Amino acid sequence: MLILLGVLVVVAGFAARLNPLLVVVVAALTSGWFAGLSPLAVIAVFGKAFNANRFVSTAYLVLPLVGVLERAGLRERAAAIIARLPGVSAGRLLLSYMALRQLTTAIGLQPIAGQAHTIRPLIAPMAEAAAEGPDGVLEPDTRLAIRAMAAATDNIAVFFSEDIFIAMGSVLLIAGFLTSSGIALDPIKISVWAIPTALASFAIHAVRLMLFDRLVARRTKS
Amino acid sequence: MIKLGFVYVLAGLMFAGFGVFSLGDRKNPKRFGNAAFWGLVGLSFLAGDQLGDLGDGFLVLGLALLAGLGLVGRGQPSTTSPAERLALSQRLGNRLFLPALMLPLVVALGILLLKPIQLGGVHLMDPKQATLISLALAVILALAAALILLRQPLESPLQEGRRLVDTVGWAALLPQFLAALGAVFAIAGVGKEIGILVTTYLPVDTPLAAVSVYCLGMAGFTMLMGNAFAAFPVLTGGVGLPILVTHFGGNPAVVASIGMLCGFCGTLMTPLAANFNLVPPALLEIPDRYAVIKTQIPTALLMLIVNTVLMYVLAFR
Repeated sequence: MLILLGVLVVVAGFAARLNPLLVVVVAALTSGWFAGLSPLAVIAVFGKAFNANRFVSTAYLVLPLVGVLERAGLRERAAAIIARLPGVSAGRLLLSYMALRQLTTAIGLQPIAGQAHTIRPLIAPMAEAAAEGPDGVLEPDTRLAIRAMAAATDNIAVFFSEDIFIAMGSVLLIAGFLTSSGIALDPIKISVWAIPTALASFAIHAVRLMLFDRLVARRTKS
Repeated sequence: MIKLGFVYVLAGLMFAGFGVFSLGDRKNPKRFGNAAFWGLVGLSFLAGDQLGDLGDGFLVLGLALLAGLGLVGRGQPSTTSPAERLALSQRLGNRLFLPALMLPLVVALGILLLKPIQLGGVHLMDPKQATLISLALAVILALAAALILLRQPLESPLQEGRRLVDTVGWAALLPQFLAALGAVFAIAGVGKEIGILVTTYLPVDTPLAAVSVYCLGMAGFTMLMGNAFAAFPVLTGGVGLPILVTHFGGNPAVVASIGMLCGFCGTLMTPLAANFNLVPPALLEIPDRYAVIKTQIPTALLMLIVNTVLMYVLAFR
């Protein structure tokens, strides 16, 4: 039972808004200690796992490209194009993005878009521009809410459509787990059952985005 | 064959470059902290396999201390002003989109076309790592296109990359830290312990109760572990297979597939899934660290209900 104190350290540390990197290290030491590992052994296990998980941080390879494009005015250009189109709202723009993102993710093209390389330089500024008045004015809180909605839309679109693709890591994990439990299943049998959830997520988030548009419209008018 | 090592060398050189440029940034009062932090990340990518487990462990401790003691700040690389950007955007026009679109295009080509190519029985790229390798190749090509087409200075990729990585700051490493924590938890047996608690103390005597326990358990356990993949074997081995499939005769494909998607509902609601939930607000310069999670919670909760109902309806037809 005391092993679970490590989980408690994480929850308490995050709730108290302490520095998460330190919280994580303390949590590892706590759980490791009660599992009978010496601090030095925990540090070695942690170092080994950190090294094995370097691929997680390779996502930042896109930052130099995104930065150079921003330096040359990409965000401004993306916003200008949206501002010229009539009838575009932040919610409708994000809904179109979600549809495109779910369709491409379902066929295995999940890595072609993402928070760093599409949301920050393109989708967020476009959604902000769609909500701005002709004079480019937007209340700061509304601007931040639109950015958060843009980031959330990308996550939601990916999470609930990636399992339709049979070669996705999670589908292979499910198939592998079932096989080792004595249930042999073709991955395609697993991925078809992800389709109802994908459709439902689109419908639910579409309604939320339409309601979000109303909220933005009310805030920009007053 | 191009392997993951190629991506790591590239990332290592990039982070080391951020470190070097940070050192010369006199406008940043914490420039030594920044240089040490990004330099250590670069070292980890370039030489992590040679440092040994304990060496890597102390490197990680160093990163945590630099961040925890507040020694990492936000650099001020010289970049274009908002007015200059507006003028550039009008002058360059839609040419700006070419490198931006090249990135997804090359990634897609890499995954769909280059991945299966074999030369003399050897794959052109390691098929297991085709996504990351394609992404790295796409970044190089798109950057070259951006520098030439948009006439940007040669040092701008590292300076601009540093500007963006500093907006995220030490939080950029949080996803990797949490992945490593997951490994320590696994060795300490945290998952097993929680699985025992769930199966011992929660009601699983009717199909509806068991479906609810499994679905809510997947979401809740994922929130605690930060990762649906960690929750899945524990709860599917503890509740999903023995009770829903074996005892009540549910369809294993439905149970497992929708069970994982219940876990994803949890991923949307936990700060422990930092790469999805905490890094984006930093990248988008939203002051509230939890703004994206708060936005996701309504959709995540509704989807959790939908998934529970779907599993109950579809698994026992």
